[in-house]
Amino acid sequence: MTPQPATSGAAGGIGRRTAGHRLLWPALVLLALLLGNLAFHHDFFSVRVRDGHLYGSLVDILRFGAPLVLVALGMTLVIATRGIDLSVGSTVAIAGALACGHLAGAARPGSVAATLTAVGLALGVALVLGLANGLLVSGLGVQPIVATLILMVAGRGVAQLITDGQIVTVTSAPYKMIGGGYWLSLPFAVLLAAVLVALTSFVTRRSALGMLIESVGGNPTASRLVGIRAGGLLVLVYVFSALCAAVAGLMISSNVSSADGNNAGLWIELDAILAVVVGGTALTGGRFSLGGTVLGALVIQTLSTTVYTLGVPPETTLVFKAFVVIVVCLVQSPVFRAKAVRRRAATPRPPTTAGATPQEQEARA
Amino acid sequence: MSTGTADTAARRARPFPAVSPRTRTRVPLLVTAGLLVVMFGVGSVRYEGFLSAQVVLNLLIDNGFLLVVAVGATFVILTGGIDLSIGSMVALSTMLTAWLVQSHGWPLAAVIPLVLLTGAASGALMGWIIHTFEIQPFIVTLAGMFLARGLCYTISTESITIDDPATTGAAQTRLYGPGGLFVSIPVLIALAVLVTAFVVLHHTRFGRNVYALGGNESSARLMGLPTGATKVAVYGVSGLCSALGGLLLTLYTLSGYALHAMGMELDAIAATVIGGTLLTGGSGFVLGTALGVLVLGMIQTLVNFQGTLSSWWTRIVIGALLLVFIVLQRLLGGRRSTAR
Repeated sequence: MTPQPATSGAAGGIGRRTAGHRLLWPALVLLALLLGNLAFHHDFFSVRVRDGHLYGSLVDILRFGAPLVLVALGMTLVIATRGIDLSVGSTVAIAGALACGHLAGAARPGSVAATLTAVGLALGVALVLGLANGLLVSGLGVQPIVATLILMVAGRGVAQLITDGQIVTVTSAPYKMIGGGYWLSLPFAVLLAAVLVALTSFVTRRSALGMLIESVGGNPTASRLVGIRAGGLLVLVYVFSALCAAVAGLMISSNVSSADGNNAGLWIELDAILAVVVGGTALTGGRFSLGGTVLGALVIQTLSTTVYTLGVPPETTLVFKAFVVIVVCLVQSPVFRAKAVRRRAATPRPPTTAGATPQEQEARA
Repeated sequence: MSTGTADTAARRARPFPAVSPRTRTRVPLLVTAGLLVVMFGVGSVRYEGFLSAQVVLNLLIDNGFLLVVAVGATFVILTGGIDLSIGSMVALSTMLTAWLVQSHGWPLAAVIPLVLLTGAASGALMGWIIHTFEIQPFIVTLAGMFLARGLCYTISTESITIDDPATTGAAQTRLYGPGGLFVSIPVLIALAVLVTAFVVLHHTRFGRNVYALGGNESSARLMGLPTGATKVAVYGVSGLCSALGGLLLTLYTLSGYALHAMGMELDAIAATVIGGTLLTGGSGFVLGTALGVLVLGMIQTLVNFQGTLSSWWTRIVIGALLLVFIVLQRLLGGRRSTAR
C-alpha cells in the first residue's frame, strides 16, 4: 500500500519483504475489526468444541467467508489482467440452481454418485460460461466490463429458468457436506477454500503463469511483443473465475440445502471486487496478491459480522462498505497520495506504485 | 489487380471495410428501429388488442422513469465513463420523497427541488472524485451505489406508501388527447427531458465537449477543452436524471422503498447500448437511447401479452440483445478498446 522502491522483485529476499509489506494494511484492518468486536463481545475469540466440531465467531467468519474467498480468488486473476468479471454472481446462482435441480430430479439424491454428477454438471456449465466471457474479451476484444455485463443480466434469468422461479430444496447428505459439513472437526467449506487458494498460489507463483498474467495486465502491447499469447491467458482467467464462482455457488446452495435463482450470490461480484481491492490488487492490473485477496475477503466478512454484532440493522452494512471502498481507493490513488505527501512535508519520495509498475515489469522481463 | 487483393485482405481483416464512420454509428440505430417495428408487428399479428395507439402510450407511461434515467446514463457513457449508482440513486430519491412527504408532511413542491439538488450534488461529487483523484468511474460509482442504497435503509427498511392528496392527485392525473388516448404527467416530463438532452448534446458547446471527451481525453485536453468541468458535469447530469427518475417512479408506484429500482443501472446501460451508443464513448445518440428504452419496454409488453412466459424471459432476452448489439458494434469496427 505504501510506495515501493522500483528495484523490488529483482531479488527474492526483497521481493518477499515487500509482499509482507503489501499485506500489512489489510492485515491491520482485519485485526482492528476483530479487536473492535472483542470490545463488544468478550467471548468473541473463544472457540469451543461441540459434538466434535469447532464452533465460535471466528469459525463462523471463516465458514461464511469461504464462498467470498473463492469468488475473490478468481476475480483477482481476472483483475490482474486489467479485466473485471461482473458475471460471477449470476454464475453462483446458475451453479446452485443446476446442482439442486439435478439432485431434486435424481432417483436417489442422497447417493454420492448423484451428488458428483450434480457437481460435475454445475462445473461443466460454469466452464462454458467462462469460455463465453473469455472469448468475448480475447477473441472479439470487447471491454471486460461490457462482456461480462451480458452474462450478469441474462444469467439471473437463466438461473430462474432452471429453478422455474421456485426455491428448489434438496435433502442430500453428501451435497450438504460441501457447504455445511465438517471434516476433521473443521468446516469442509473452509478446507476446500484453503486447498483451492493454496493450489492457485502454488501454480501461479511456482510457475511462470503468474508472471505471464501480470505482464498481460501490466502492458498488453509489450507482452505481445515479447511473444506472450495473451488470448489463451485471458480465456484461462475467465474460465478460472467462473469455476471458482461455481464452487462458491455450490457451497452457498449446499449450506442452505436449496437454490434460489433470484437471490443466491446477489451482489457477490461487488463484494469480491471490494475484497480484491482491499487486498491491495490495483484495478489497473499488472500485479496481484492472493494473500491480500484472502485477507480482503475476510475483512469484508468480518465487517458484515461486526454489523450484526453491533445490533444495527444489517442493511446498513452497505454504508460501511461504501466508506471502505472510498478510503481504500483514495489510499491507492497515486494522485491523492502525491497530494497528501506534498501537504505533509517537502521530503522527496520514491515514485508511487503506479509509476513503479512498468519499471518492475521491465526488470522482470 | 493489386487493388483487388488489397481489398480482399482488408475485407478479411474487417468484415465491413467500406462503411464510413457516419454509417457505422447509424447502423445499430437503424437495426434498433427495425427491431422495434418488427416486435410491434409480431405483437399486433399474434395478440388481440395489441395494435392500438394506447399500447404505445402505455409503453411510455410504464417506462417514463427509465427513459429519464437512461438519458442521464447516455451522457456518462458518451464520455467513456460508467455510472453504477443510478439504480440506488433512484431508490434513494423515492425513499427521500416518500419520507419527507409522508412522515414529515412537507409539500411536494418543496421536496422536488431538494431531491433534484441532492441527486445532482452527489453525482457531481462522484465526478469530482473521479476527475481529481484519477480513480476509475466504475469503482467510485460503485461506492456511490453502496452508499445510496445503505442510506435508503437508514431512512426505513419498510416500504413507505404515500397517501398525500396532492401527490396522489398528480400521480393519477390523466391527460386525454384525441380519441380517448391518455398519458400521465411523468410521460410529458420524460419527453421534455429527452428533447432537452437532444438539444444540449447536439447544439451546445457542452454537448460537443462531452463527445470530444469521450473521443479522446488527452486530445480534448490539448485542444483546451475543460475536461475536468465536463466530467464533473456529466456525472452531475446523471445524478440529476436519476433523482428525477426517482421522483417519476415515486409518482408511478406512490411509494418509497429501498428495494425499488434494483438493477436499474443495468437496464439504463442496456438501453443505451441497444440505442447505438458506443461503450467506449465518443459516439452515440440520445434519441437512440429512447429507442433502446422502447425496445426494453416492448419486450416486457410482449412477455405480458403472451401470458404463458415467465418474467425472467425478459432478462434473458435483454441479455441476448445486448450480446447481439455489442458484437455488432465490434464488427462495425468500433475502436479496439485499450482500457476498461
